[in-house]
Amino acid sequence: MLNVRLYMLQRLSALVMAPLVVGHIAVMIVAVQGGLTTAEILSRTQGSLWWMLFYGLFVIAVSVHAAIGLRVVAYEWLGVKQKLSALLSIIVFIGLLILGMRAVFAVTLS
Amino acid sequence: MTDSNTETLNVSVWRGDASGGQFRDYQVPVQENQTVLDVVTWIQQKIDDTLSYRFACRVGMCGSCAMTVNGEPRWTCRTHVNRVTQSSSLEIGPLRNLPVIKDLTTDMDPFFDKWTKAGGTHRASRSRNDGMVPVDPASKERMIASEGIECINCAVCYAACDTVAANPQYLGPASLQRAWTLVNDEKHDDRSAVLRAVAAEGGCYNCHSHGSCTRYCPVELNPMKAVAGLKRTTVAKLWGK
Ligand code: SF4
Ligand code: SF4
Ligand code: FES
Repeated sequence: MLNVRLYMLQRLSALVMAPLVVGHIAVMIVAVQGGLTTAEILSRTQGSLWWMLFYGLFVIAVSVHAAIGLRVVAYEWLGVKQKLSALLSIIVFIGLLILGMRAVFAVTLS
Repeated sequence: MTDSNTETLNVSVWRGDASGGQFRDYQVPVQENQTVLDVVTWIQQKIDDTLSYRFACRVGMCGSCAMTVNGEPRWTCRTHVNRVTQSSSLEIGPLRNLPVIKDLTTDMDPFFDKWTKAGGTHRASRSRNDGMVPVDPASKERMIASEGIECINCAVCYAACDTVAANPQYLGPASLQRAWTLVNDEKHDDRSAVLRAVAAEGGCYNCHSHGSCTRYCPVELNPMKAVAGLKRTTVAKLWGK
């Protein structure tokens, strides 16, 4: 089911996600201090290359990590055939990537 | 049998073959220091001689007597009844994750096929004319190898592993642990071939490290640690280290 490439991608994406999750939660805690409004969030993210990179990378890592994880879950627990679970995982990857990137661009492009 | 002991055990034993079967109940007199294998033998000798099961050494050496006892994989010759049940009932079935031949006897072929597939066959690095490779028992490699060589191939870990149950390709804890001992054995030829074998489809990366193998291994080995060693070493190789 998992070869060395998928295994390493799974580990590397986890490695990338760990600090991003911490950063994301830290910003959320800081951000809600003065009440949470759309305008306030957008004023921080719009036009910011940094936030675009931060969440862009986050979305890529999540898409990779979730797709590989679900591939194994589908195969081992739902009895989906190997080829089909590989296909499903590619669809999940592309789907998450498109949804996530749309959201990132929506809040960071001014 | 002139047994004054009136206490009895209620034993459910799985009877059937590859096409199916069911548990059947037997009454077996309680005896002191009785092992699960003693109970099975008693049923076979006193009640039904068509009951099939497998054992050889009866002292925990050969690895042939493993069964599922009250839902858990065990070596039955070294498992005392009073250690696995507080009540007077016992359920004995064939090992999980292996095809049943008949009753309590499973077909061990898939287990040993995977053992071979993981590169488990020893290939000497020298011929008899070259003399022995000197092995320092205190060297790091040898100590790692020594941690796994007492495996008796009972397949208890294989039956305990949920990944084996869910993924038919997975080589399983025992074969991977065997491979890990060879990777650390200076007397083994072409150790990178073993690493290639365990890195292939169905290999070490499928292990979820949940540790049932280590929890149930009757000789207290640590296959989970061995699999982790293989993951580490194969990945390091990939990075050219
Ligand atoms: S740690 Fe790995 S080999 Fe051991 S039981 Fe879990 S999945 Fe199987
Ligand atoms: S590792 Fe332990 S449980 Fe597994 S086959 Fe060897 S002795 Fe049996
Ligand atoms: S009969 Fe040999 S290990 Fe149990």
